[in-house]
Amino acid sequence: MNSVDSERRIALVDLLDRVLAGGVVVSGDIKLAIADVDLVQISLRALISSVSTLYGPAPESPR
Amino acid sequence: MTGETGVWLYAVTAAADAAPGFDGLAGVAGEPVRIVTVEPLAALVGSVPLDVFGAQPMSRNLEDLDWLAATARAHDAVVSAAVRRAPSAPLRLATVFLDDERVRELLRDRQEDLAAALVLVSGRTEWGVKVYGDRAALSGAIAEARAEPAGKGTGAAYLARRRAQLSAQETVEHDAAQRAEIIHTRLSRRAAAGRRQPTTDPALSGRTDWMVLNGTYLVDDDRADDFAAAVDALGAEYPGIRLELTGPWPPYSFAGVEREPP
Repeated sequence: MNSVDSERRIALVDLLDRVLAGGVVVSGDIKLAIADVDLVQISLRALISSVSTLYGPAPESPR
Repeated sequence: MTGETGVWLYAVTAAADAAPGFDGLAGVAGEPVRIVTVEPLAALVGSVPLDVFGAQPMSRNLEDLDWLAATARAHDAVVSAAVRRAPSAPLRLATVFLDDERVRELLRDRQEDLAAALVLVSGRTEWGVKVYGDRAALSGAIAEARAEPAGKGTGAAYLARRRAQLSAQETVEHDAAQRAEIIHTRLSRRAAAGRRQPTTDPALSGRTDWMVLNGTYLVDDDRADDFAAAVDALGAEYPGIRLELTGPWPPYSFAGVEREPP
C-alpha cells in the first residue's frame, strides 16, 4: 500500500467515525425506517470486510 | 418504485444564513441541494431516488465500501459548504425523510434543540486528536526512570534495570491509559467541549500503531492556533507518545442531542 492510499484510508475512517456516529439524530417516526445503531454496525462490518479485501495481502489492486 | 423520491437531510442552519440558497451544490445523488425553511431555521436537503436511498436498498448499499465512501464524502461536502457559510448542525449520515413536510415537522419539533446546537458550534470548529503510543519506547522510559537510583555499571544496577524492564512492560498499558486521560483533560481545557471516541480498530486504519486516545474537540476559532500549539507541546512532553491533529471538521461530534457536560 502506498502512502497516498494509506492517508486516504485513514481520512475515510476519520470521516466515517464522524458521519456515522455523530450528527443530529432523528427518531424513526418521521423518517424512513433506518435504525441508526444498526446502521453503524452494518457499516463498520462492511468496512472491515471490504478493507481487508481491498488492501489485503494481494497488492495488485486495479484502483 | 421508479421515480419515487425521499428527502435526504444534510444540515440545519439559521434561516437568515440559508438564503439565497446553495446554487450549484450537488448532493449524494448528484441532486441539487435545496432549502426547506421553518423560521428561524432552515434545513439543507436534496431529493434522492428511493430505489437507491430507500431503507432497504440503502442498507444493502451501505455494505459496499466504495458506495459508503462516496456517499459519506458527498454528504460531508455539502455539510462543509454549509459550515463555511454559517454555523450549521450536521445530520447523521443516511437521514432520509418521506417528504418536505416531515422535514418541517422536525424543524418545528426540535427547534429548541437545533437552535441550541447552532449556538454551541457558532465560532467554533471541531478538531480531532489521535494519540499513539510506542510500546517499546514507553516501557523503556519507565524502566529507566525506575532503575536510575541504583547507580550504573554494577551488577545490582543491572538486576534492578532488568526487573524494572519486566515490570515496566506490565504497567505500560496502565501508564499509557493515564497519559491519554491527562492529555484528554488538558486538551479539553483549551476547548469548549471534548469527547473521547472509541479507538480505531487497526483492521480499519491499517496501522499497527497502538492508539491510546481518539479525542475530538470543539475549539473556539480564535483559539485554534493555541490548541494546535498545545497538541505539539504534549507530543514533545511525553516521550513514546505521538499526537496527530486532524481537521478542521464540521461539528459532527457536537451537534447531536447527547452532548457532553461542559
